Amino acid sequence: MHWQSVSEFLAMGGRGAFVWGSYGVGLGLIALELWLLRRRQRSSLRRLSRLQQLERQKDRP
Amino acid sequence: MTLFVHVLLRDLRLAWRARSDLLVALSFFVIVASLFPFGVGAEPERLRAIGPGVVWVAALLAALLALPRLFEKDAEAGVLEQLLLSPEPAVLWVAAKIVAHWLATGLPLVLLSPLLGLMYRLEGAGLGVLAAGLLLGTPVLSLVGAIGAALTLGLRGAGSLLALLVLPLFVPVLVFGAGAVEAWSAGMGVSAQFSLLGGGLLAALALAPFACAAALRLAAE
Amino acid sequence: MNFFRFSSPQTFYPLAGRLVPLFAALAAACAVAGLYIGFFVAPSDAVQGEVYRIIHLHVAAAWMSMFIYLVMAFWSAVGLGLGTRLSFYMTQALAPTGAMFCFIALWTGALWGRPTWGAYWVWDARLTSQLLLLFLYFGFIALTRAIDDPRRADKAGAIIALVGAVNVPIIYFSVTWWNTLHQGASVKPGGSSMASVMLWAMLLCALAAWFYSLAVSLARARRIILERERHTEWAAAEIARRGAGGRAD
Repeated sequence: MHWQSVSEFLAMGGRGAFVWGSYGVGLGLIALELWLLRRRQRSSLRRLSRLQQLERQKDRP
Repeated sequence: MTLFVHVLLRDLRLAWRARSDLLVALSFFVIVASLFPFGVGAEPERLRAIGPGVVWVAALLAALLALPRLFEKDAEAGVLEQLLLSPEPAVLWVAAKIVAHWLATGLPLVLLSPLLGLMYRLEGAGLGVLAAGLLLGTPVLSLVGAIGAALTLGLRGAGSLLALLVLPLFVPVLVFGAGAVEAWSAGMGVSAQFSLLGGGLLAALALAPFACAAALRLAAE
Repeated sequence: MNFFRFSSPQTFYPLAGRLVPLFAALAAACAVAGLYIGFFVAPSDAVQGEVYRIIHLHVAAAWMSMFIYLVMAFWSAVGLGLGTRLSFYMTQALAPTGAMFCFIALWTGALWGRPTWGAYWVWDARLTSQLLLLFLYFGFIALTRAIDDPRRADKAGAIIALVGAVNVPIIYFSVTWWNTLHQGASVKPGGSSMASVMLWAMLLCALAAWFYSLAVSLARARRIILERERHTEWAAAEIARRGAGGRAD
């Protein structure tokens, strides 16, 4: 193992802010994209099935 | 070919009739270029250093400002649809419209640029290099910009969308155009920059009208 | 195997649905392995110290952002040439992920640059062309969103993606040219003396980004397919099935 302790790992040789700033924002953006994708998927499905029901009601007078 | 000449002359006549619009674009060019000394200072050395870049950026913005008018009026009047229905290949009249647009909006920038160069302490042949670079570069701006103008035709917020689409594509022209003047000032040859600009112009002439015609067909559907 | 069978949205939709979890799992596995090697196995760099560990994410994101634009241009050409709707859906499904990787590459590049070059932003040829690539992504996304008629949006997006792809090498060439004139090519990220462990970490991270992009874009393409094909019989049945169950798989 390269690191002696957790704090040394977090410090990254004094450049912790840069390393963790990079990975934090990168992984955060990926998580954000996944969340947005899921939310959009649900809302789109809801909208489509509502539209479908409305159209069926219109066909059946 | 008669269609080409016909559309070209017609567009030039229309541009002449709306010449106050052209003057606005031209004064925009001059104003943008004259704002910079107020922001960065007017020491002769500094002016000489930023001059070519400033004139080029101002030309880019002025070209962008004039682009939406390229197809707008014809689309509103239904002329585009008629032209699209004509049996002649669309590339012909699209090219004619772009050439007319450049003659009306690009060429005046080229002719005016030596004056702006003087404001930035460029001298003698340097002014010629600036104008020659613009002469080769502004047609590329019109050709590439025409694709963007056709794609955004009739859309909400077409102006800012157009800027987002075409300004990144203008960067190479800016690099080689302003680079030519800087190379001249530094006492180096400018043939490399000019041949790259010329090559870009030929490539844009060969490709852009096709992309533009395809985009216009979409907009008219 | 008949490739064209999968070019129909109806056959592609369930196939993509089966592939998404597979690619997601592969992406997670590669990411864990890559980050483990990158953070715990790879030694610190002799010159840069620990900060070089940003490179694994940076390079993966930068590669992916360029690769995705190329794939978008490829699907655009296929779509315009053959008129397959699915190609346009794929192009639009890829764009947000490409833009995100482009931004990550810029962000990590800046944070890597500050301790290494002493500045968050240098007008380096690679960073500058990455920035212009981000503008190209924004342009594509803004254009396709601004057009209401979906079929015009498809083709307009394809045209601008192709125009952009033709320009990417020109932009890169011009920016490199400009960069060598103005500050000399003194700054180069990475360096050739990279240990093979670091290379492995980088490769695994790039693979993870690749699988991630596949999974996300396929999932997004499935949504676009349902939205666009909702009047076909099979899509209507699918909407009724999933809408009634309220499942979001």
